Amino acid sequence: MVKHEQESTNRPDNTAFTQQRLPAWQPMLSAGIVIPGFLIIGAAFIGIGVALFVTSQSIQVLEGPVFFYYALSNFFQNHRRYGVSKDDNQLFGDTSYFTSPSSSCSPYQYDSSNKPIVPCGSVANSMFSDTFQLYQVVNGTNKLVPWDGQGIAWWTDYSIKYRNPSVTPLQNAFNNTVKPINWTKPAYELDPTDSSNNGFINQDFLVWMRRAALPNFRKLYRRITQGDYAQGLPAGNYLLNINYSYPVVDFGGRKKVVLSNVSWMGGKNDFLGIAYLVIGSLCVVMSVVMLIVYAKFKFPDEE
Amino acid sequence: MSNVGECMMELSGDERRVDSRTIYVGHQSGPTNEAFIPPKFCDNRIVSSKYTVWNFLPKNLFEQFRRIANFYFLIIFLVQVIVDTPTSPVTSGLPLFFVITVTAIKQGYEDWLRHKADNEVNKYPVTVLEDGRRIRKESEKIKVGDVVEVEEDETFPCDLILLQSTRDDGTCFVTTASLDGESNHKTHYTVPDIETDLEALSATIECEQPQPDLYKFVGRMQIHKNNQDPTVRSLGPENLLLKGATLKNTQKIHGVAVYTGMETKMALNYQGKSQKRSAVEKSINAFLLVYLCILVSKALVCTTLKYVWQSKPGQDEPWYNEKTQREKDTNQYLKMFTDFLSFMVLFNFIIPVSMYVTVEMQKFLGSFFIAWDKDFYDPEIKEGALVNTSDLNEELGQVEYVFTDKTGTLTQNNMEFIECCIDGIQYSPRDRSIEMDVTDGPVSKLQQRAGREMEELFLRALCLCHTVQVKESTGQDQDQVDGHVDQVDGLGVDEVLDESQEQIGFIASSPDEVALVKGAMRYGFRFLGLESKTMKILNRNNDVEMYDLLHVLNFDPVRRRMSVIVRSGSGDTLLFCKGADSSIFPRVKKEEVERIRMHVERNATEGYRTLCVAYKYLCEDEYAQVDAELREARLALQDRDEKLMAVYNQVETGMSLIGATAVEDRLQEEAAETMEALQGAGIKVWVLTGDKMETAKSTCYACRLFQRSTELLELTVRTLEDGGRRREERLHELLIEYHKKAVQDAPPVKAGVRRSWASTNQDYGFIIDGASLSMVFNSSSDSSSSNYKNLFLQICQNCTAVLCCRMAPLQKAQIVKMVKNSKGSPITLSIGDGANDVSMILEAHVGIGIKGKEGRQAVRNSDYAIPKLKHLKKLLLAHGHLYYVRIAHLVQYFFYKNLCFILPQFLYQFFCGYSQQPLYDAAYLTMYNICFTSMPILAYSLLEQHISIDALLDKATLYREIGKNAMLRWGPFLYWTLLGIFHGVVFFFGVRLLFSNPALQDNGQVFGNWSYGTIVFTVLVFTVTLKLALDTRHWTWINHFVIWGSLAFYVFFSFFWGGIIWPFMSQQRLYFVFANMLSSVSAWLVIILLILLSLLPEILFVVFHKPRSHHARQVISQCLLPAACSAVMPTAFACLGECSTSEHPNLCA
Repeated sequence: MVKHEQESTNRPDNTAFTQQRLPAWQPMLSAGIVIPGFLIIGAAFIGIGVALFVTSQSIQVLEGPVFFYYALSNFFQNHRRYGVSKDDNQLFGDTSYFTSPSSSCSPYQYDSSNKPIVPCGSVANSMFSDTFQLYQVVNGTNKLVPWDGQGIAWWTDYSIKYRNPSVTPLQNAFNNTVKPINWTKPAYELDPTDSSNNGFINQDFLVWMRRAALPNFRKLYRRITQGDYAQGLPAGNYLLNINYSYPVVDFGGRKKVVLSNVSWMGGKNDFLGIAYLVIGSLCVVMSVVMLIVYAKFKFPDEE
Repeated sequence: MSNVGECMMELSGDERRVDSRTIYVGHQSGPTNEAFIPPKFCDNRIVSSKYTVWNFLPKNLFEQFRRIANFYFLIIFLVQVIVDTPTSPVTSGLPLFFVITVTAIKQGYEDWLRHKADNEVNKYPVTVLEDGRRIRKESEKIKVGDVVEVEEDETFPCDLILLQSTRDDGTCFVTTASLDGESNHKTHYTVPDIETDLEALSATIECEQPQPDLYKFVGRMQIHKNNQDPTVRSLGPENLLLKGATLKNTQKIHGVAVYTGMETKMALNYQGKSQKRSAVEKSINAFLLVYLCILVSKALVCTTLKYVWQSKPGQDEPWYNEKTQREKDTNQYLKMFTDFLSFMVLFNFIIPVSMYVTVEMQKFLGSFFIAWDKDFYDPEIKEGALVNTSDLNEELGQVEYVFTDKTGTLTQNNMEFIECCIDGIQYSPRDRSIEMDVTDGPVSKLQQRAGREMEELFLRALCLCHTVQVKESTGQDQDQVDGHVDQVDGLGVDEVLDESQEQIGFIASSPDEVALVKGAMRYGFRFLGLESKTMKILNRNNDVEMYDLLHVLNFDPVRRRMSVIVRSGSGDTLLFCKGADSSIFPRVKKEEVERIRMHVERNATEGYRTLCVAYKYLCEDEYAQVDAELREARLALQDRDEKLMAVYNQVETGMSLIGATAVEDRLQEEAAETMEALQGAGIKVWVLTGDKMETAKSTCYACRLFQRSTELLELTVRTLEDGGRRREERLHELLIEYHKKAVQDAPPVKAGVRRSWASTNQDYGFIIDGASLSMVFNSSSDSSSSNYKNLFLQICQNCTAVLCCRMAPLQKAQIVKMVKNSKGSPITLSIGDGANDVSMILEAHVGIGIKGKEGRQAVRNSDYAIPKLKHLKKLLLAHGHLYYVRIAHLVQYFFYKNLCFILPQFLYQFFCGYSQQPLYDAAYLTMYNICFTSMPILAYSLLEQHISIDALLDKATLYREIGKNAMLRWGPFLYWTLLGIFHGVVFFFGVRLLFSNPALQDNGQVFGNWSYGTIVFTVLVFTVTLKLALDTRHWTWINHFVIWGSLAFYVFFSFFWGGIIWPFMSQQRLYFVFANMLSSVSAWLVIILLILLSLLPEILFVVFHKPRSHHARQVISQCLLPAACSAVMPTAFACLGECSTSEHPNLCA
């Protein structure tokens, strides 16, 4: 009995795991799998590539709905110092941060008379301030193209992430604060036409606050979804009225506006289509090469 | 002897360190009324724990941060705290905290266990005699000088000098199983002439200061008896009871504590072994250095470019991005420095803190597979393999040289008495008759039997000249044995009974001795045991002969012999000596040697172990002198061993040779197969043995290390004495000759195909003995010595097998060291089972102990212990190979995945004005190594079998493919690094091109910088995980679970992280970024595209690379077949076609 016990304590467990004999799938990348695999992937990629390329090419201004973008170049919204210069608590509508903005907003924390800036920080302060109006020239008269400033920012941004203080009227929340130095209007008056589009949930503001990834970027300004132009801009003469106030020359930047419609893949971008086509073709070529190599040498492990 | 005290004073005055201590037994000072100053010794507390509750935190932290890697991360963390850096201190603080905490918990737990064990020992109740009363005390309260009482089956609480035993003969039995694993009962003796009344005993003990050698102890005891001159008794290891040993077969003993607590031999022995570091660890450190350079240069490049870029007008401080006042005020150079530090912090993830944890976990967990392997389980000893260190797992896959002991390793150390030769006549017990028969066979038939007197003398010598004990058995057993004896008397010996009779235990430190005693028993002389210095022998006539055992001149490997001095019943004093022929022959009369030498040599060539037996009569005067000298030498406190040796050598001269014995030591199971597999794996096997050349050579032939075709190059005393010239000259000549043969004339051999060219290429085997070796090493002039050493090494390296015989333990280590430090520093492995192998086990890169019969010393000092030699094959070829591949892949993969993790972040700096803007969110930076990519590689590194274990064991040549650290050399490292760079570039620029139009959603909305980072990060996590999936050749359910689980966890975590407005967080940067990304078809498409683009080259590489390596393997296997391809390369393809079907499918992988 004792002997038996001793044996059972010392003897290693005979389980598949301890003996490293767990059942295992042992995949092998043999030519029989790889060549058809490459062919299928190649074909699929070429298919997607063609679809993407065609879609991208078909994106034009004239079919709706048309989106109006402004673009800036050499503007480093992704600079670290710039990026941290905001106070998310303020922007969440927490009024206690109105009077004492986060120090990360410096040097746009307080103005020269030591009044707190709301919204504070470089990002808010440098908000794009040009405004545009698009007119169609019909029979010599300028017909305003109506567009929509709603739905240009992420829904979660204006619904959840950013909030106005629950003070009515909104203006009262901003007592004893000053607007950002470069702004012409305070935050609660950003959109005079729509009272629900003011404060921190103003969509132009939110578009700006979502920092661009690269120094050359575009941001959505308006969507043309209404009236005669919902199906696109008909051919004709158009007039763009630009209210120019945003300086870019100082830092060597340029401004641009883009009118474009979007497809299921977003805005016009040939890169994806071309990349899919190239890689798809490569796959096909490689599978053919492999087929030749294998046919020639008849490697024995392929039966 | 009364001035010992003075002597001691002088000694202590002379030397700074007092090398002996004086102990007052029972704390009673001697009769002299000197001022009694109780000497201070440490108490009997065993403290194996490192920490206390109070010092745990600081001490543990201090120790952890002494590790260079942890220190580096601490610095990074501190920089993040102090300097305004792009990432929050949390990103590096959290992983560091995690690592430190886990380690601290592990160490704390281990220490708690040690505390518990310490307490158990320290609080154990013991009985101490104080002023004649028995007092129960806690073990830790024992002081040096206390008289301690120990009962049967108790362990000794400290090192004791045995004063009194309940056994009549003043002995006690002890087993040291817990100390050195030897489970036999050892006899210890009381100090002679001790009064029975311990209370009245007044004695002092002088002994050496504590030292760790378990088998050495010198001291002496002065016993004061009412104003007489004190009597002095010598104390040796036979009087010392070690802490940790257990009292057996003895009711009760009393002993005086000499060493306590941390000064006991057991405690001294538990102090650490030297740390061995594996080659992989060195590779890791080298790679680390490279990555550190990459890190620093990245930071330098960015810092430089930043200032170049800023110097352009309008860039440094555009109107929209003004600097803070503090920034403006900061000194330019300080700013540059902090910028540099910031970049360092931003890129510091390239050296991952988690790699160390993963490597440690892999090693720790991975080593369980060795201990768990049931193939290593030996039903005989009921034990499996033992892993003493997990640091060297992968080294098992890198072994180039195996140094093996012969006895007990290649052979079973299961001795069987084969035959003997008395006075030149051969006897063999094969016919099992009690009468001694001359071996049948024409030669012996012709000869006379040796004189009966000679026969009996020889057998008496066998019965007396040993240190064997008879195992104590219960009374019932004793009766049975007596019964057998009666039957023996009746002459009709039943073989079965005879066998069972032999089963009754003899216990000895060496199995040879048992074999000899049993051998004598077959001829009718039974050793009955040793009782109070009297040896009893049952002779052929069934009479009990009594001999007084006067002295035992113990065996030692230098003398290679042992002797006993006994006094027979008739009053004759006899010395019996047995030992190796080389150590006996010079000490006996010349004319006796020749008759025996022939037999000895013949036996040796047959692979038997031979011993010669000699004797001499000592007349009264001689004995008196010897006795006095021996006693004096034994009393010496200093150089006792040397003095004893001198006396031994002096006594053991002028003896007469009686005969010789031959004992067979059978080969271990599968010894030959194992050796063949090792050689097939490209491992060179050297046999290092203390045995005779002939015996060792025949063992080598038997286990096929030498083949019939092997040409043997001998460098032994015998070849050196050929030609009658000076040995040095001859040595020089031979070395040059062999060098010419084996090195210069031999065509350069490729490691892979040596065996296959056997027909055209001569195999060489080299044989050297201890004496010649020491000549090679210690040649008279220094220049020639190093030259000889080189020649010797070169010859050996070109031989298929090397046999070094007659080696002293230290010489074994010397050889290992020589090979270890030779060019290319090959990885060495030593395997042995005995105490004489310990030095080479410790010296080699990997030391393997065999759980053999010669005690547990080798096992204790080894890195791995296995029950049998045959297990070495699986340990190296399967476990070693797999461990190496696993950890090599782990290391390369870790560096790779962090390179392609950080490279996009580096590239992003070029697009964000070098402002240290992180590309990824802090959560991703922190979690990448801890959660998203850590488990799959850990599972891989524990479970991967790129080739199945059976195939690895089948084809030993596979082992060569990973030789010389093949997977961690600069080539593969460069490949992985380039792969990492390629992936990093693809990730970053792929997304960059996509973001040339950031309107990626079908509602025309644009993505920002965090979306950019998240897309890159998603591609990254999927690619590195799928890259590992591509490399995985052995998908168990665990791999599936972990790989797909990690990816699922990443997706889940991203949703979760971006799905909540996190309270207490100042920024909600990732809010809904991930979900929005997934709503964009373009993002999906680019993710798929980039993952595939990154992995395509890898797939192509695998597909195209595989057939080629497959070729090579096939070519080798073809050529290894006896019918070698005559012209290998041109017909390679033809060969392939033929042998393809027989190939194991797994090999294709």
